[in-house]
Amino acid sequence: MLKKISKIPFKDTPEQAAKLDAIIAECTGDVSMLMHVMQEAQEIYGYLPFEIQQKIAEGMNVPMEKVYGVATFYAQFALSPKGQYAISVCLGTACYVKGAQEILDELSAQLGIEPEECTEDGKYSLTACRCIGACGLAPVLTVNEDVYGKITAADVKGILAKYE
Amino acid sequence: MYRSHVLVCGGTGCTSSNSQKIIEAMEAEIKAKGLENEVQVIRTGCFGLCALGPIMIVYPEGCFYSEVKVEDVPEIVEEHLLKGRMVKRLLYKETVTPEKIKGLNDTDFYKKQKRIALRNCGVINPEDINEYIAYDGYQALAKCLTEYTPEQVIQIVKDSGLRGRGGGGFPTGLKWSFTAANKADQKYVVCNADEGDPGAFMDRSVLEGDPHCIIEAMAICGYATGATEGYIYVRAEYPIAVARLQIAINQAKELGLLGKNIFDSGFDFDLHVKLGAGAFVCGEETALMTSIEGNRGEPRPRPPYPAVKGLFGKPTTENNVETFANIPTIIREGAEYFASMGTEKSKGTKVFALGGKIKNTGLVEIPMGTTLREIIEEIGGGIPNGKKFKAAQTGGPSGGCIPAHLMDTPIDYDNLTAIGCMMGSGGLIVMDEDNCMVDIAKFFLDFTVDESCGKCTPCRVGTKRLREMLEKITDGNATLEDLDKLEELCHYIKENSLCGLGQTAPNPVLATLKFFRDEYVAHVVDKKCPAGVCKKLLSYAIVEDKCKGCTACARKCPVGAISGSVKQPHVIDTSKCIKCGVCIETCKFDAIIKK
Repeated sequence: MLKKISKIPFKDTPEQAAKLDAIIAECTGDVSMLMHVMQEAQEIYGYLPFEIQQKIAEGMNVPMEKVYGVATFYAQFALSPKGQYAISVCLGTACYVKGAQEILDELSAQLGIEPEECTEDGKYSLTACRCIGACGLAPVLTVNEDVYGKITAADVKGILAKYE
Repeated sequence: MYRSHVLVCGGTGCTSSNSQKIIEAMEAEIKAKGLENEVQVIRTGCFGLCALGPIMIVYPEGCFYSEVKVEDVPEIVEEHLLKGRMVKRLLYKETVTPEKIKGLNDTDFYKKQKRIALRNCGVINPEDINEYIAYDGYQALAKCLTEYTPEQVIQIVKDSGLRGRGGGGFPTGLKWSFTAANKADQKYVVCNADEGDPGAFMDRSVLEGDPHCIIEAMAICGYATGATEGYIYVRAEYPIAVARLQIAINQAKELGLLGKNIFDSGFDFDLHVKLGAGAFVCGEETALMTSIEGNRGEPRPRPPYPAVKGLFGKPTTENNVETFANIPTIIREGAEYFASMGTEKSKGTKVFALGGKIKNTGLVEIPMGTTLREIIEEIGGGIPNGKKFKAAQTGGPSGGCIPAHLMDTPIDYDNLTAIGCMMGSGGLIVMDEDNCMVDIAKFFLDFTVDESCGKCTPCRVGTKRLREMLEKITDGNATLEDLDKLEELCHYIKENSLCGLGQTAPNPVLATLKFFRDEYVAHVVDKKCPAGVCKKLLSYAIVEDKCKGCTACARKCPVGAISGSVKQPHVIDTSKCIKCGVCIETCKFDAIIKK
C-alpha cells in the first residue's frame, strides 16, 4: 500500500515521550509485541513519524527496516499526521454500491485535498477507509468518532459545516 | 426481580446511530420516574435488522421498537413502562396487525431464520458472564472436560459436518484431527477475527454480542487438539468487539473457566487478544500467524500446514469466528441435531450480511440450502425504489456474483462453487440495474491491488495489469481482443499465485465476464455504459421539451459548456463538458439526462 510521508516537522512533548518509553520498556525483548507498541505509539502521537519509528527500533532492539516494513504494510499505520477533524469515507462494497465514491469526490472537491491528504491548516484530513462493518447504514462516513450513515453527496456540505 | 426488561441494541450499526445515548437517556428517565428497581435496561449485541436501527425490545411484551430516537425515550417510559400502553408509532410495522401485535419470529425477516451462531446476539448482555451461563453457557466445555476424551470431541465435530465458515469450507473436525495427531511441547488455537471482506460483519456481531461463546469454543478446541494457549486476532477497526472480548476473558478467568485446571480436569487454557492493523491478506491463515509473530503479514507457502508448523513454529488450529460460534451448540445438542439442518454436504446454518440495494439490510442466519430468492425477496424485503434485481455478490473480493436467472439455486458451498461463485465469509451485496458490473469488477481489483502483499509476482503485478485492462474498458479504449486477454490473465493469476488472495483475486472479473459479458461488450463495442456509471462513457444532454430556458445550468457550468438564450431550450457542448454533474443538480425541471 502506497503511503504519503509527511513533510511537517515532528514535535514531541516530555509527557508523550515518557508514555512511549514506558510501553517500550514493558515489551522489549518480545518481537511479537512490535505491532502492539506501534499501535500504542500511534495512539500517543496520532501517526508514526520517522523519529518515533527509530525510537521503537532501538527500544525493541529490532532493525529500523523492520519497523518501517511493518508501518508501511498495514493500513492502520499513518506516516503523516491526521487533521483536527479526521474524515474517513467507507469504501466497503455495501457503501460503494450505494454511491460512496460520489461522497468521497464531493468531500475532496469541498476541502480541496485528495484522499490521504491533510489541509494545510491541519484542520481536516480525508481518507478512504475499508469496511467499518456498519453496512446497514451504508453509505457511511466518520468524522473523528462521529458516524454519519445513509448519506448522499448533497449532505456533505451540511456535515462539514458542523466542524468549522 | 425486575418486572420489565428493556433490551437496546449495542451492535455497530445501532451504536453508530446513537443507541448509547438512548440507553443513557432511558436509564436517567427510569430513575426520574422511580422505576429503577422495576425496570432493567440492558445493552445487547446485534438483533440483525440493522436497516431499522436503533432497535429496542421491551419484555415481557416482546414489543419491538424501531428507529428509536433519544427524543422518544420520555414517551416510551411514560406510556409503556409506567402506564403499560405500547407506543404504537414506534412499533416495527411488520409486527402490527389489526387484531394484535405479532411476535418477532412471525415477521418475514425473522421467520425463515434459524439462529445458532447468533443465538445469543440481541438476547443477553455480552458484558455479563452470568447471562451467558444462564443460557447454557460453558455447559459444552464442562461436558467435554468431564465426559468426553479429546478423540470423542473431534468425532462429534466431524459427525456434525461443520465446515469452515471463513470461506474455504474445509471440514472443521478433520482440521482438528490433524493438529491433534502431531506431538509437540506446545500447540496453539487461533481464532481468525480479521474480518477483512468488505460488506461482511457477522464475526464482528458475534464478538460484540456473544464473546463468551468464542472463548468456550476455543477452550474446547484446545482440549480436543492438545493446545493450552490461544490467540484471537481481531481487527483494530472493531473497538467494541475488542473491549467486550477483553471483559469476557477477564470474567472467565475470574470464574476459573480459563486458566489452570479448568473444572478440576487438569486441563489448562489461556487466551490472548492480538490486534490486527488493517491488512486484508492477514485473513489468510499463514499470513495471520506471521502477523501475530510481529511481522509484515505475508503468507507462507504450504506445506508445511499450520497443523504441523503454525504459530511460532508449533502445531496450530485456526478457525474463523463463525465456525467457533457453532461449536458449543454442536457439543450441547449433539452432532445429529446440527447435521439435521442444511444440505447433503453443507450442514447447519450460515450467517449472511445483507447489504447494498436491499430493503432489510442486516444480519440473517439461515439453514444452508435456502435459495437466494428467499433471502432477497422474503427475508430481505426486496429491492427498494421499485428497481430491478441484477446480481448478488458473495465472497467479497474473492467471490463472484449470482445473476437473476440463478436466484433459485439453493445456497451451499458446492452449489456456489459450481456456478463460479463462493460462499466466502458471508457478505451478500445486492445490486440493482443502476450498478455497472464492469465497474464492480474494477472496484474489487482496486481493492486487491491495494491489498496484495507483494510477495509473489503473479498477484503483485498481475492484479495491477488486470485493473489497467478494466480501466481501458471503462474508459472506452478497449477492443474485443482485450476481453480474451483479460480472461487469459485471470486464469494465469489464479494458477500461479502463492496464497488464497491471489488465487481468488480474478474471481470477480471471471464471474462478471461469465454472466454479464454483454455489459463488457457494450463498453467495448458501443462505447456505452448501460447502467450509466462509467463517467468516461457518459454524455450529458438536455431534453428539449423539458427545458424552460431558465439559464440556471448555464450560469453554474464551470466550463461554460451550456449555451442558449433565455426561455429557449439550452444545449450542452459535449466536447467542452467535463461531466461534473453540477447542471443535473441545478436543474429544477429534470431536463438534463446522462446517457
